[in-house]
Amino acid sequence: MKAAPFDYVRASSAEAAVEALRGGGVALAGGQSLIPLLNARSRRPRVVVDVSRLPLTRIEQDGPALALGALTRLRAAETSPVVRRTVPLLAEALTHVGHVSVRNRGTVGGSVAHADPAAELPAVLLALDAVFSVLGPDGTRVVAARDFFLGRHRTALAAGELLTGIRVPLPPSTARHGLAELSRRPDDLAITAVFTSVVLADGVVADARIAVAGAGPTPIRAGAAENLLRGRAPTPDVLAAAADAAAAATDPVDDVHAPAAYRRDMAAVLTRRALREAVAG
Amino acid sequence: MRITVTVNGRTRSADCEPRRTLADFLRYDLGLTGVHVGCEQGACGSCTVLLDGATARSCCVLAVQADGSDITTVEGMATTSLSPLQESFRRHHALQCGFCTPGMLAVATELLRDNPEPTEAEIRTAIAGNLCRCTGYHAIVTAIAAAARGGDGGSPPSPPEA
Repeated sequence: MKAAPFDYVRASSAEAAVEALRGGGVALAGGQSLIPLLNARSRRPRVVVDVSRLPLTRIEQDGPALALGALTRLRAAETSPVVRRTVPLLAEALTHVGHVSVRNRGTVGGSVAHADPAAELPAVLLALDAVFSVLGPDGTRVVAARDFFLGRHRTALAAGELLTGIRVPLPPSTARHGLAELSRRPDDLAITAVFTSVVLADGVVADARIAVAGAGPTPIRAGAAENLLRGRAPTPDVLAAAADAAAAATDPVDDVHAPAAYRRDMAAVLTRRALREAVAG
Repeated sequence: MRITVTVNGRTRSADCEPRRTLADFLRYDLGLTGVHVGCEQGACGSCTVLLDGATARSCCVLAVQADGSDITTVEGMATTSLSPLQESFRRHHALQCGFCTPGMLAVATELLRDNPEPTEAEIRTAIAGNLCRCTGYHAIVTAIAAAARGGDGGSPPSPPEA
């Protein structure tokens, strides 16, 4: 199908984009999620505000955090030595986001704002306690990842707000990560995926972060599973108990890709695999 | 809106509606019928072109977004003779109906540029976003692997395990 007609505004600045978005426009970044929806007429905005040429493309370490401009292309972030060095879990997660052709165009901010519950980036940023900079008519505000994802394709972004940047606190140098993803083909959208970061000290889990994608209306942070791991040696029994706790935190639905019960079972299996990978270092 | 792009080395200008995809712009406005429009939702990969040197699904790019870009379609891959990759596709029977071929050639071109000696698994991952309904992919993988080895006949890779 072809998109319904719309007005097109190429934003010359972030402020101009916000001004154009206030009237009910939709922001177009890399277009890898939005344009298929326009073509299918699932979305029929009056105005499309093209923000893809705005210079929000920084990738750099900024004190104790990795700073990413919202319009950083997924492929640029994935292949960046800075990302690989500072937040290796993020770099590895990015290799699973769509196919290379999609990552060449798609942006980190676009993936976050699209808020697909099965997408890798929202889940991994939730695991890493990222914070998002949001520009609106009254200036910039900061929203934590755990307050950002409100539902399926629903975020804390209000009409007239533009996601401009992402800050990822650097994990300690002793952190190890593991991820496990189930999908039909390499690089397809996940059926279910799990992202973990674990810090071990003297053979005991000092800190653990676990986020699950594709098992609820938003990515899910498995807090009970994290608490269960803290202060314990990561024995197979402890990892299995944490995996069950992570699965219990999910809220999947039946859809064409998988039944809810299967997604919940896979959340346990994938959590166990991801944790095993993390603690094996 | 009037846009100007460089396509296969030639500068082209045309008017187009904002909702026109780059795929439709290339195919219908510029007459480059090697741009095959399949699903129009980024699922099949048939319309993949090189946009500023990197593959892009041209159905998922608005033509107005590509204003000022440099684009290579399958028409730009061959000059007076087939490119080595195209020649390998011909030699290894890597197409039947040909609908997926321009997209396959685009992603294979990018793969071999970024990773000149890919493993079979890397080749399969690289083309995983491009659907082919005829060949079962086997001959396509063979052709890309052979092109990476310099276009020799080579022995085909063993079939994947069931």
